[in-house]
Amino acid sequence: MLSLLMPLSLSSLSFADNAKKHVAITAIVEHPALDQARQGIIDELKDAGFIEGENLTLQFQSAQGNSATAAQIAKKYAGDNPDVAIGIGTPSAQALLASTRTVPIVYTAVTDPVAANLVRSWEATGGNVTGVSDHLPLEPQMDLVKMIIPDVKSIGFVYSPGEVNSTIVLKQLQEILEPQGIKVVAAPAQRTTDISTAVKSLQGRVDVIYTSTDNNVVSAYESMYQAAVQTKIPLIASDTSSSERGAVAALGGDYYGMGRQTGKLVVRILNGEKAGDIASEKPQKTELYVNLKAAQQQGVTLPEEVIKSATKVIE
Amino acid sequence: MSLISLFGALEVGLIYGLVALGVLISFRILNFPDLTADGSFPLGGAVCAVSIIAGVNPWLATLFGTLAGAAAGFVTAWLHVSLKIMQLLASILVMIALYSVNLRIMGAPNIPLIWEPTVITPFINEDYSNQFWVKPLMILLFVIAAKLLLDLFFASRAGLATRATGANIRMSQAQGINTNKMTYLGMMISNALIALGGSLYVQTQGGADISIGVGTIVIGLAAVIIGETLITSKKMFWITFSVIVGAILYRLFIALALHSGPLQSIGIGAQDLNFITATLVVIALVLPQIKAKLKRRFKGRR
Repeated sequence: MLSLLMPLSLSSLSFADNAKKHVAITAIVEHPALDQARQGIIDELKDAGFIEGENLTLQFQSAQGNSATAAQIAKKYAGDNPDVAIGIGTPSAQALLASTRTVPIVYTAVTDPVAANLVRSWEATGGNVTGVSDHLPLEPQMDLVKMIIPDVKSIGFVYSPGEVNSTIVLKQLQEILEPQGIKVVAAPAQRTTDISTAVKSLQGRVDVIYTSTDNNVVSAYESMYQAAVQTKIPLIASDTSSSERGAVAALGGDYYGMGRQTGKLVVRILNGEKAGDIASEKPQKTELYVNLKAAQQQGVTLPEEVIKSATKVIE
Repeated sequence: MSLISLFGALEVGLIYGLVALGVLISFRILNFPDLTADGSFPLGGAVCAVSIIAGVNPWLATLFGTLAGAAAGFVTAWLHVSLKIMQLLASILVMIALYSVNLRIMGAPNIPLIWEPTVITPFINEDYSNQFWVKPLMILLFVIAAKLLLDLFFASRAGLATRATGANIRMSQAQGINTNKMTYLGMMISNALIALGGSLYVQTQGGADISIGVGTIVIGLAAVIIGETLITSKKMFWITFSVIVGAILYRLFIALALHSGPLQSIGIGAQDLNFITATLVVIALVLPQIKAKLKRRFKGRR
């Protein structure tokens, strides 16, 4: 049976034009932040001279939150043998690595690639994987929280208990804040529809809510915002798009920028470097966005120095 | 479609073949609408992954995962039999409770097994070049074993009693069958098979994630329905065979949808995948009716 089927795969491989590069992208789900990351990758490729349809075949498949589909997409990519396979989100990147050890894999939007077994360390570790994590150092973010709420005693954290990225952030928040005498109150929201309840459960118990890049929270930031306005608990976020959607302030990378950074790694591999020779990266630049309207509605006055240092002020 | 992709569809399809066998027992044989699967599939994966991380032999870890599934089936049956909770509701309760239980067991929403020993690893080359056919082959062996054992079970006294319980509970009771016991037994075997699927899933697909359970029951049901539509037989041997074929076909449809250039060129993309699969199941459901209608019309003319 094997020998019968073998020519089938070989013939499908020989279709690939040698001059034309093939990049295959997969995401575990589609939502604004992940879509921006993908757009960033595509734009970076374009700027480097890889234009879709001309000298680049670009493929995208979303697993729509279904891990069996993610597994099959990964297998399709392993069989297509692209020049680079890109996994957006932890489960998609893991599925790719479980399917191929030869196709170069670039992950993105993964908070802790080492804990996810994608790479053995943040250094270049050989193998076929590299990528950009969306892990932001928490200290500067907590400094921002303290600047906006100087006498902060407790911080609420709304997150999905089912998302590994968020549980890692929660653990780190506790490690950083508890020695300083600041309490972390975790409010799990399993579904996007639980977010509003989670926020309301924090009323009177926290001075501020910090949100990370949790997929549920980012998908439904509007309901975070609504509940925050009602309960007068200010929201401080770790990605700038959340500030545009109602957080008082956000210090972080943006997913588009992370996509750009990821695209740079992809270009290096397309130009002949080995994925295993490239170290994993963290987001390069952070920006501060503030939202004055949200601040007023959530009952907080932003210090002048915070507004001054912001890259973008939303009125 | 490439060979690797085809084998990938087989690999995932065979895993869901185990799920389909489980669903066959609850839905078709016991007549118990059971949604526990969405919780017992990741439960098997969680227990197996945690055991492997703790250094347990992968074969033993797989057994632990499977037994955990049996326990979940037991709880669903208990809620129905002893506490008289409606079948569907009992299974939904266990399913949602298992989400939290699985998080507790795993201690984190994601446990990667990429570099851990699994039941497959001893057979994989150093350069992983043979993994694309070794994985489905290994799972095939599990599926064949499960299918044959199940066939044997259904030919046994207990198996026949289980079938009778699902077919006509009052008649069975009149015949002196302890239908409660059969419900327990059937639900435990059903969810053990589903959890075995979950255990193999985490060992072949990179690790356990809390989200792997989403839609398990839908895939299992689709497999049962597609299989039954294609292969109509009253013989247990062929019924169990048909649902495995159904599961593989279902994953092949997905692979085809992922590959289809023509579909993509008319604007149907990845986001339509769920719709396409739902349509496929509807077609599989309607086909027997159309077949029957045509047959009747044909007979009427004669």
